Amino acid sequence: MPKLPDARGHFGPYGGRYVAETLMPALIELEQVYRTCRRDPTFHRELRALQREYVGRPTPLTFAANLTRKLGGAKIYLKREDLCHTGAHKINNTIGQALLARRMGKSRLIAETGAGQHGVATATVAALFGFDCEVFMGSDDVVRQAPNVFRMRLLGAKLREVTSGTRTLKDAMNEALRDWITHVATTFYVIGTVAGPHPYPMLVRDFQAVIGREVRRQIARQEGRLPDYLVACVGGGSNAMGLFTAFLTDPAVRMIGVEAGGLGEGHNAASISGGSVGVLHGSKSYILQDETGQIRDTYSLAPGLDYPGVGPELSYLHDQRRVTYVTIADEQAVAGVKLLAETEGIIPALESAHAVAYAAILAPRLQPEQVIVLNLSGRGDKDLSVVARHMGLDEQSAGV
Amino acid sequence: MTRIPATFAALRSRSEAALIPYITAGDPTLEVTFHLVRELARQGADLIELGVPFSDPMADGPANQRAAERALQSGTSLARVLELIQRVRPLVSVPLILFSYYNPIFRYGGERFARDARQVGVDGLVCVDLPPEEADELKRETDRQDIDFIFLLAPTTSVSRARMILKRARGFVYYVAVTGVTGVRANLPTELDDMVRRIRAISPVPVGVGFGISSPAQAAQVGRIADAVIVGSAISHVIETYAQQPDLVAQVGAFVGDLKRAIREGATHSLSPLAEVVPKTQT
Repeated sequence: MPKLPDARGHFGPYGGRYVAETLMPALIELEQVYRTCRRDPTFHRELRALQREYVGRPTPLTFAANLTRKLGGAKIYLKREDLCHTGAHKINNTIGQALLARRMGKSRLIAETGAGQHGVATATVAALFGFDCEVFMGSDDVVRQAPNVFRMRLLGAKLREVTSGTRTLKDAMNEALRDWITHVATTFYVIGTVAGPHPYPMLVRDFQAVIGREVRRQIARQEGRLPDYLVACVGGGSNAMGLFTAFLTDPAVRMIGVEAGGLGEGHNAASISGGSVGVLHGSKSYILQDETGQIRDTYSLAPGLDYPGVGPELSYLHDQRRVTYVTIADEQAVAGVKLLAETEGIIPALESAHAVAYAAILAPRLQPEQVIVLNLSGRGDKDLSVVARHMGLDEQSAGV
Repeated sequence: MTRIPATFAALRSRSEAALIPYITAGDPTLEVTFHLVRELARQGADLIELGVPFSDPMADGPANQRAAERALQSGTSLARVLELIQRVRPLVSVPLILFSYYNPIFRYGGERFARDARQVGVDGLVCVDLPPEEADELKRETDRQDIDFIFLLAPTTSVSRARMILKRARGFVYYVAVTGVTGVRANLPTELDDMVRRIRAISPVPVGVGFGISSPAQAAQVGRIADAVIVGSAISHVIETYAQQPDLVAQVGAFVGDLKRAIREGATHSLSPLAEVVPKTQT
């Protein structure tokens, strides 16, 4: 497989830079700075030190013995990104981008967030490095992810509630882009996923790829072989690319991206399974749109997956048939939360629970000697009230 | 010569800057847009920019965002905007320019878009999220149909990058006056006249200036330094204010008439010190 993206930020027909001219010079500068840092051992030393001493890497690869026994099939391993500082994989990326922002002399970070995990991870590095920080979040998500809203405030970030459009992640990203267009000289836009204009899909992937590199070493030690399947949820796709990248050239390793099936036809956020090619938020990829090119409303119980686009490299890997995409509905994801909580004593984020739910379907179909690695991208504390409500409990009787 | 260069040539011979009003097609309905286009032309618009509404207009401020929402609410799509142009084209002589985000055009199909746009009489295209690095495919189609592909320059664009863009320019070049999104501003940047002068010095095509220009005084100020003055959000505000009123078209017309008069009268309308220091020259 060729080294992607190409010089202009394309993954086959996808990716690129579809932005207002005002942002083009900033993107070109960011790309140059990043390419310099990528070759700079000092940058990598500092990044590794932060990953180890601040994020808590390497995260464990946990053999889910009870879950494996219960499902009766392939061995299931959990890559424990939920144990990263701040409770999700998002900080792998924000640490890296904060180092870039500092090198570029920026004083202010902005970010979009859906589930609030990327917002918290950005607010965290802003506090650590001494940046001002503003986080854009759709007003619907502010309500459903209240614990993360307070965490961001506690970390000193300013919350910008977005009331335009569908009041979710895509509108938060629109507003963050508008803010960046306006304050591009002083501000670094910390994009939270492998989407957006070049070089973001490349650099976010590179910062998240530590996940898969660790898995390679860990599974070799624990099983003495490569996994048969990698399973990760896909919203924008950063935890999936993080897990997949280190294995792309191993044809024996099959990769499954689990998209949000929501409530079914017309009420989901499955950009690849149910979308078509288009341009949104600066890159060409599969998106959810109507026949006239307007972006469709999306729906998922998991705010981190509730987005009408997906990273361009994931679209490319779909066309190459390197990654297979499936969908998991809200209902199944909530069952996935309960399943992992009860068998392994781990409460996953609703987003990650989509991957759990698919692994529960896949494992029984496989042989006991086969191995599945599932990316447990985040912990579920933020979702307790949503899950309680979904299980028919009011928040008081659930005690949340 | 296509309509756009012919229009600029005629204006240059009168030492007059062009006024380019922007309205979102379908705001509040396409029927109103039909009447607005004719009224704008009557009130002295030299070219007219018609916005194709998009659900996620990332370069637009609140006024044009709401205009796009109203237009989408009334069922506007790129195909219906082209139908509207077909109806109104025989009734006005000014160049008509589409202002769009890329996705509606990509979805429609670049080749089909250029062919259909040519057929209904579109003269130019501004595609706000399609920088030259990504524009080749669509521009090949619009070039073939003799539709002017209008590039944008911003305050953040370096001189070397501006040269690269201007090499590809057709029709005119759209200079974004402010580092920001569309919307009304109380004051224009102090360095604006300097920037515009520098671009005009190296540009093979006329230079239009837009983003943030909202009052007759500002229009006059920009009219003295640029080849064209583009006013959008301020008109969207007027449309929003009178959307439910029977005199909507007349109110928008009156405002655009004021803008054009201010540009024609030049110095007398401006309170800006620019009036004294910038001679009214045309290159």
